[in-house]
Amino acid sequence: MSFLSPATAPVPLAAPAGDGPGNPWFSWQYVQDNADTIMSKLGFHIGITLETVVIALLVAVPLAVLAYWIRPLTGPILALSGVLYTIPSLALLALLAPLLGATSRVTVLIALVLYALLLVIRNALTGLTEVPADVKDAAAGMGYGRFGRLWHVELPLALPAIVIGLRLATVSTVALVTIGAIIGQGGLGDLILGGFANNFYRAEIVTGTVLCVVLALVLDLALVGVGRVLTPWSRRRTS
Amino acid sequence: MSYFRDGIVWLNDPLNWTNPGGLLDRLQEHLVITFWAVLIACVVGLPLGIWLGHRGRGGGLVVTVANLTRAIPTLALLTILPLTAIGFGKLPVILALAVFAVPPLLANAYVGLRSVDPETKEAAIGMGLSGGQLLRSVELPLSVPYLAAGLRTAVVQVVATATLATLVNGGGLGTIISAGFGLGISRGGAQIVAGGIAVVLLALLAEGLFAGIERLVTPRPLRSARRRRRGRAATTA
Repeated sequence: MSFLSPATAPVPLAAPAGDGPGNPWFSWQYVQDNADTIMSKLGFHIGITLETVVIALLVAVPLAVLAYWIRPLTGPILALSGVLYTIPSLALLALLAPLLGATSRVTVLIALVLYALLLVIRNALTGLTEVPADVKDAAAGMGYGRFGRLWHVELPLALPAIVIGLRLATVSTVALVTIGAIIGQGGLGDLILGGFANNFYRAEIVTGTVLCVVLALVLDLALVGVGRVLTPWSRRRTS
Repeated sequence: MSYFRDGIVWLNDPLNWTNPGGLLDRLQEHLVITFWAVLIACVVGLPLGIWLGHRGRGGGLVVTVANLTRAIPTLALLTILPLTAIGFGKLPVILALAVFAVPPLLANAYVGLRSVDPETKEAAIGMGLSGGQLLRSVELPLSVPYLAAGLRTAVVQVVATATLATLVNGGGLGTIISAGFGLGISRGGAQIVAGGIAVVLLALLAEGLFAGIERLVTPRPLRSARRRRRGRAATTA
């Protein structure tokens, strides 16, 4: 980060980035001229977010089921993912980068998955433990085994809670991807930090930020829709 | 694990601690930023959350604020604020971090006051307590565990995100890491890992310290009941 002005200088050393008309908060000209870059950063952002959420789902739900079946494991699983969640993102990148490559996409991906895990595990576990006991009794009475009951009764009933966990994980992942900018793998974060480094170019920063927030909202709404399609029985009650 | 060992070796060099811009300097910056950010967030978030919870209104507002700030990247606010009238330096960093520390404080204060048993409140009103007295001597004492939980979440989060201050020249422990990245992995690898270790330890220390405080201020009978409820509260807060 040596190209940034030192912390002691209160004013940016480069003059043109003043308040004048030369540095607007938003510029269509910038968006048009850099449409290719913006689209590729946006594509990267969407791709890595979806990958993170899918991997987190595939890892977290089995862990939640394990914690649900084997009660003594609940504490350790939640505690471990809680500790991972406490670790600052930049520190996690710092600890992963030397092992996995300083400019590697995998580094960012693994860090993001570790953060998303806790949110999904905790919500899936809450959903599973809140399945009413008489429903479980009824399922057992119908002849369901452990796996059949899980697949046909418990997981469907826990689905709304799992979807809430996925929504939280998705929204915070979209925001967190930007941290990857420190190793040049930040998607829209590259625009934000790039604009800052590029003589404090506001239009670039704001474009990245707005796209980030919009992307988070769009993915959140999409997951709400997916949740509704998957749980048609809950629609009648809510609407 | 050779990088990890290199990081420990780096941490073992006293000069890396005491040099100007060394660990101790950065730690002090980090703590100063954290202190002011949490203080500002408390001044804004706690009274608002307590007031909304006391009135029993504005739950929608609390949820909206919490969800909206989750969608805004920390990096975006950190880079935008210095370019406004606020200018460069520590102030925009502190303000940006304070913005993200408000939701946990606000939500926990609101939930804490809302979770006071209505019958308890009715009894207090029946005893002739006014609105202000009810707030001071019934609602606030009963919601102290929630307020402490909110403070802990806010502090841990600010300690963690203050690491990012370095990206906009705000100082703090993150500077050790970003300076290491500036040197490149082969020369700065040890420093990157060492900075990472230092930040992780500080975050875990803050978590442990405030978890202890939370436990201390929670009256014994409330402890077991609180733990059961927290799993659910955390999904919304």
